[in-house]
Amino acid sequence: MTTIPAVLPAVDEVVQPNAPRPSARRGRSRRARVTYALTVLAFILPSAIPLAMFTLGPMVAAAWVSLHEWNLLAPMTWVGLDNYRSLLADPRTGDVFLHTIYYIAGYLPLVYIGGLTLALALNTALKGRSLLRGVYFLPVITSWIVVALVWRWLLNPSNGIVNTVLEAFGIAGPGWWSDPAWAMPSIILASAWKDIGFVMVILLAGLQAINQDLYDAAKVDGAGWWRRLVSVTLPLLSPSTFFVVVISLINGFQVFDQVYAMTGGGPGGASQVVVQQIYDLTFRYGKAGEASALSWLLFAVVLFVTVIQIRGQKRWVNYG
Amino acid sequence: MNRKLVATAGLAACAALVMSGCAATPSAAPAGPVTITYSNFISNDGNEDNLSKIVDAFEKENKNITVDVKTLPYGDYGTALQTDLAAGTAADVFDIEYSNYASYQANGVLAEIPVDNADAYRGTLLDAYATDGKQYALPSSFSDVVLYYNADLFDAAGVDYPTNDWTWEDEKAAALKLTDKAKGVWGDHQPVSFYEYYKALAQNGGDFLAKDGKSVAFNSPEGIEAAKWLVEKSGTVMPTIEQGQGTADFDTNLFKDGKLAMLHTGIWVFGAVADVPFTWDIAVEPGNTDKASAVFSNAVGVSATSKHTEAAAKWAEFLTSSDTMVQTRLDAGWELPPISDEDALATYLDKGAPANRKAVFDSLDGIALPPVVAKGQTEMQDITGEELVEAQAGRKTVEEALKSAEKRINAVIGG
Repeated sequence: MTTIPAVLPAVDEVVQPNAPRPSARRGRSRRARVTYALTVLAFILPSAIPLAMFTLGPMVAAAWVSLHEWNLLAPMTWVGLDNYRSLLADPRTGDVFLHTIYYIAGYLPLVYIGGLTLALALNTALKGRSLLRGVYFLPVITSWIVVALVWRWLLNPSNGIVNTVLEAFGIAGPGWWSDPAWAMPSIILASAWKDIGFVMVILLAGLQAINQDLYDAAKVDGAGWWRRLVSVTLPLLSPSTFFVVVISLINGFQVFDQVYAMTGGGPGGASQVVVQQIYDLTFRYGKAGEASALSWLLFAVVLFVTVIQIRGQKRWVNYG
Repeated sequence: MNRKLVATAGLAACAALVMSGCAATPSAAPAGPVTITYSNFISNDGNEDNLSKIVDAFEKENKNITVDVKTLPYGDYGTALQTDLAAGTAADVFDIEYSNYASYQANGVLAEIPVDNADAYRGTLLDAYATDGKQYALPSSFSDVVLYYNADLFDAAGVDYPTNDWTWEDEKAAALKLTDKAKGVWGDHQPVSFYEYYKALAQNGGDFLAKDGKSVAFNSPEGIEAAKWLVEKSGTVMPTIEQGQGTADFDTNLFKDGKLAMLHTGIWVFGAVADVPFTWDIAVEPGNTDKASAVFSNAVGVSATSKHTEAAAKWAEFLTSSDTMVQTRLDAGWELPPISDEDALATYLDKGAPANRKAVFDSLDGIALPPVVAKGQTEMQDITGEELVEAQAGRKTVEEALKSAEKRINAVIGG
């Protein structure tokens, strides 16, 4: 506790990037520099310790487990790269990645266009817009298990609300999560509904940062609503869009809760995604080694996709 | 933080480690009162009170032992147990099934249970949970699968009730007559699953596994016919997947709603259909070339890491052979007690609906036990179910599905 006063100048230095740093650092004693380093450490540790314990540690451990055969019960046996080889040879691996990409391909456009529409609507002088913003954000903070169970109930093929309403219009509703062809669309629908509020909030913040003068200028030039959207709003919203796309893709590759709770990967493996497969391999089939190898494979894919996106952002993201 | 504090915290941590190390040593004789934990699925969904009766009787007889019961749904139980065992947090006594006994025993998670009343148990059931002459689990119940039928629907359609001599052909003919899609009435329901398939295979004179147990033998003419028997019900006499078939409790609910004439399911559903407003009864399941009914047996094991193995074994024995258990199970129709006393079992016949309870015992004349492999049991079951559903949904022919299942399962169990 006694160290805090001695440290304060250093903190000031951090929050004032324009301060004349070199001159300040010159006459500083060794003791002061150690104190400075310790302070930085003190600020980093509260997040670094959990990160090391719950992310980096398990990642390293998973790499170690991935080189073994382990059924969680008996001791591990070393198998080298066998788990990776059998994963690459197993057609199920390709299937679960394809199902995951299918999910992302359905989910991302839906949640982005939906979120953008809501953000545009709620960025106007609409009556009760604060309430609506809150309402649309509500699903984001609701537990996935609750949401999944409610959606399972809504989409129940025989007595769910959705099919009952469709029937009233003379439309025979599909089997939703019980039909292999409709299982993934059901999950996509529920996921988009839940996350749309999140996307809306991010895009709303982006919209409010756009200088109103630009719209006035565009209007003077005779630009209509559509023109203004395409030529002013979307380019200036691109940093927010970029953020939404990167986050959604990473989360999309890791989709699990809703799949587990709505279909468990079924029927007949039709909605089996990568993380559900990792779960099944570990806890159903006692193949923790292969599951760890698949986790690392997924990590490699996500890393690759994210690097590509960050490289590609120069082409379309406008930081004005 | 000052140095003294760090030292103190470190010392405390060391002390905690040392103390927990001591506590982990199993004590030979529990001197004071002990609490043992028991995790189960057998009482879930309707028999919780019946289990409480057995627990109460045990605690009355053993004043210094308290049993802490944790009940999980069957669907989640296996995963929870596996995770608990891996984490070292398994209950002192836990339920297992016949089909995963072998793998749990091989992995050393089951403690040996000394048995001094072996005569009380049915010999075949007790032997099923012994390895190299040592008992590693005690059978807690057994049950079989029968054909339930709605007698009112049979009367309305003018079809004779099923008898123990029925074959697949009789069942199919009746099912077709009983199905009335306009009224939403279906003739038959049999899940397209691993459990129904190995049984149908036995009813058709086929084998699921090859003799060495390292490859499957179902991709045979008998196997293809058995798969078609299940798959082709879908959409003709049984609802399709799109209509909800295959989801949890779909079949029992349909039966309870009076919309299903015949239902293949276990005797554990007796309680759930007891109060329906129509007449129902049961018969031995029809066979094709052979009579074969699925027999299931549950058991309890004592955790190899239990700190109270003696008390745990005492409870395991009480739960599986006490008079209280026998009476409770028979009164409630809660499967069948695993006992050798035929006279006690005979009282089961007069305990109310269904009238033809004799079919439960008649079914034991020709039985089909689940195929068991040393490695990859769950995966084998999942693949079988998955591929059959592919055929049911029409995305594969039955022949293609079985061929694919054969290849995938052999890759899992062959090693």
